[in-house]
Amino acid sequence: MAEQMTIHLRIWRQAGPDAPGRLVDYTVAGANEHMSFLELLDVLNEQLVHRGEEPVAFDSDCREGICGSCGVLVGGIAHGPQRRTAVCQLHMRSFKDGDRIVVEPFRARAFPLVKDLVVDRSAFDRIISAGGFISTTTGGAPDANALPVSKDAADEAMDYATCIGCGACVAACPNASASLFTAAKISHLALLPQGSVEASRRVVAMVRQMSEEGFGDCSNHTECEAVCPKGISIACIARMRREYVKAVLC
Amino acid sequence: MSSRTKHFFQALASPVGRKVLTGLTGLGLVLFVIVHMLGNLTYLQGGDAYNLYAHKLASYGVLLYILEVGLAAFFALHACIGISIYLRKRRARGGHYARYKTAGKPSLQTFASRTMIVSGIVLLVFLVLHLIHFKFGPGMAEGYVATIEGEQIRDLRRLMTEQFRSPLYAFGYPAVIILLGFHLRHGFWSALQSLSLTSPRLSSILYPAGALLGIVVGAGFIIVPLWIYFSQFS
Ligand code: FES
Repeated sequence: MAEQMTIHLRIWRQAGPDAPGRLVDYTVAGANEHMSFLELLDVLNEQLVHRGEEPVAFDSDCREGICGSCGVLVGGIAHGPQRRTAVCQLHMRSFKDGDRIVVEPFRARAFPLVKDLVVDRSAFDRIISAGGFISTTTGGAPDANALPVSKDAADEAMDYATCIGCGACVAACPNASASLFTAAKISHLALLPQGSVEASRRVVAMVRQMSEEGFGDCSNHTECEAVCPKGISIACIARMRREYVKAVLC
Repeated sequence: MSSRTKHFFQALASPVGRKVLTGLTGLGLVLFVIVHMLGNLTYLQGGDAYNLYAHKLASYGVLLYILEVGLAAFFALHACIGISIYLRKRRARGGHYARYKTAGKPSLQTFASRTMIVSGIVLLVFLVLHLIHFKFGPGMAEGYVATIEGEQIRDLRRLMTEQFRSPLYAFGYPAVIILLGFHLRHGFWSALQSLSLTSPRLSSILYPAGALLGIVVGAGFIIVPLWIYFSQFS
């Protein structure tokens, strides 16, 4: 039997977008190290429902770190203290019995708060709509080697393609910049032959949309890379800038 | 304005354009502070070395004038964009975190990176005062005259010596320079990243190089005022 833990949570509660919000203390007894952090919130919610209180609203879907639905600040760090781990995959073994943990929503003006820990990240969808796609039908998976892609480019594109669009980069960035997300999408497509055709138009349109959504500028703090559940490198931001300059000058 | 020029200016004002401009002007200013620091060090050679150096610079005439105007433009652009990035960031967060901390490696978020706006603004105010007191300060008309190779020139060595004998200058100047060191610590690497001149592998050299640059430039600037201040007692 796993050891029982008691965890003290301090969670941001806000009934709606315009309602006042505040941090509320909860204690969850009976947690164990095998639980994910979201399962801990599930346990808390069961207790709250039992007591006739409003459960804590938070987003999640796959709970296996691949969909990008989940995301909260755990103890001041987006997705919590474990590197390259979405909060749905963050296990309670990362904490100790008796720990006090502050849980807050991802904050950015471009991510308006919906309720409690749920924020509206459709700004990301609009950045993708601005150009994060390939307009032509590229058919099914091509035969191996029919379309030459160097190993380096394939590897790098794959690294950027792992972005799940969770928004942790924005939440953790001191400037609330969406550069890592936008750059990962731009770089992923620009590196591959199918995506390179529209690379110029794409980079200009996506950067413009990113700016219009009200995200901040990048100051190269690299905090985004540190909290990214997929560990996406800021090298993609450098590539985005290169692509942008190329698009404007050439 | 043709649509191509319009697009070009829109691109300069975009988040990427702003970073590229900040990086370019930043690197230009790095070059300037290095030359300035080396120039200051000629003071330590004693004799006429410092005045000679100043005189050589002045003898560039129109070229120097062009350089100065360019430098002023770089400063202005760098500062304006820096302030606009700061204002935009304040708007972009919307609300504060009750608890926020850096996730640690590979994050390069440091005291230096978080306080670029503070160090930058102090440097800007300092620059204005420095120009008033030094560049546009007392000249030959006020009796600051030195004779070099039979020619009468402004005695900058005397002005510098007098200023740094006062504790306000002797310690205020190094204090500002320490902030310059912090600014360079994040700024040097950041400029290279903004200009896409880095890669993850290069960064492992270039990022520490920024710290080294901050220390070397800082030390180079600080040594002269402290030397002048303390040597008046010996
Ligand atoms: S719930 Fe899908 S990534 Fe966390």
